[in-house]
Amino acid sequence: MIPGSFDYHAPATLEEAIELLARHGDEAKLLAGGQSLIPAMRFRLAVPGVLIDLNRVSGLSYLHETLDDGDANGGGHLAIGALTRESELEASGLVGGRYPLLADAARVIADPLVRNLATVGGNLAHADPANDHPAAMLAYDAEIDARGAGGVRTIPIDQFFTGLFESALQPGEVLTEIRVPVPGPGSGGAYLKLERKVGDYAVAAVAVQLVAAGERIESIRIGLTNVNPVPMRATDAEAALTGEAPTDETLEAAGRAAAAQCDPAADLRGPVEYKRDLVRVLTKRAVRRAFERARQGLPEGGAQ
Amino acid sequence: MSRHAITVTVNGQPQTREVDSRLLLVHFLREELELTGTHIGCDTTSCGACTVLLDGRAVKSCTVFAVQADGAAVETIEALAADGKLHPLQEGFWEKHGLQCGYCTPGMIMSAKHLLEKHPDPTEEEIRWGISGNLCRCTGYNKIVEAIRYAAEKLAEAPAEAAAEEVSA
Repeated sequence: MIPGSFDYHAPATLEEAIELLARHGDEAKLLAGGQSLIPAMRFRLAVPGVLIDLNRVSGLSYLHETLDDGDANGGGHLAIGALTRESELEASGLVGGRYPLLADAARVIADPLVRNLATVGGNLAHADPANDHPAAMLAYDAEIDARGAGGVRTIPIDQFFTGLFESALQPGEVLTEIRVPVPGPGSGGAYLKLERKVGDYAVAAVAVQLVAAGERIESIRIGLTNVNPVPMRATDAEAALTGEAPTDETLEAAGRAAAAQCDPAADLRGPVEYKRDLVRVLTKRAVRRAFERARQGLPEGGAQ
Repeated sequence: MSRHAITVTVNGQPQTREVDSRLLLVHFLREELELTGTHIGCDTTSCGACTVLLDGRAVKSCTVFAVQADGAAVETIEALAADGKLHPLQEGFWEKHGLQCGYCTPGMIMSAKHLLEKHPDPTEEEIRWGISGNLCRCTGYNKIVEAIRYAAEKLAEAPAEAAAEEVSA
């Protein structure tokens, strides 16, 4: 299948990219990894008149951890350049060590060949509720930098996803950086995804990031993949677990709350009832795994 | 539609052509350069039959525009055999019966090549993980895994020889 025709621009700087975006308006699409956009163009689901390729803009691919007090106890963030490839997250020792939720998610995005080109920024900017980073970043309480002609603005992730394939990015803005808070002591995370085969979208997936205090969950955020028209947090499930120990009863209550709050659509991956029940089960398992990881990360004798 | 003069180093040879912006890399390789070893399978970014190395990374050449490869190095299946001698991966697929119809094989081998560069001594799990973007409808994968393991051992036996082949490729 051959994509529709378009004019191609490969700017060398971000300023140039933003200028091109302003000049071409709605006609233009930004090309990052292209692993969603190019298939959509071949199916003629997307027929942009102009493509602005960001791959020759330098300085958009990086993983930098900044610790506020020189160690992981005092806060800080992991800054991810928008053009960072998924395979770079997957290979990163830093991500594998301190960001298990992100490492889990990176390993199950599409397939290894796609991950060699697909970018973190593209995965988020596409705002596809079936993509994996939206739920992960919702669970992390990440923030996103968008740069336009007027400068940079920061968008909290809770305000980023506004509709099906719609985000808070304004026309003329480029997503440049994602910042994930450094998980403090007692933190743990996990991403659990059921897919029919490698490379398929999730039937459902659950992202959990929590802080454990002794036997209890001090705070928790839960993101859901592909079970709602807009990437969503399972806030009812979060409320059911905050301040509680993750027992069979509280986990079941949280799983049921997440299943009730989401709004999956029946498709070739299954009917609504099946997807809701999958959310219930995956929520329980992901919370349990995140809690185990949080406990493993605590010093001998448990938390304070 | 814009047209662009591009130069792509394919299997060590710089190739300059003028291409339409919408020309996919796989079509550039097959139709402009007549390198038909790279196959088109699904045309939907699913099967991995069109896998090539783009600046050393295994990618689906049906999901990259040729113009994006301007200035880059592309390696295809045609680069592997040198001086009439099969690459250890090709030899592995021959010795271990890693193919039946052979349609997925070029993509499978290019994925395996990238995998072995990252993990020269891969476990079975790492091999299965590494080729999980490549579909094979014939073999059930077991023989492919054995073929890649064969190649890993062969390359480990003669690292100096393999390194020399890399340079000349």
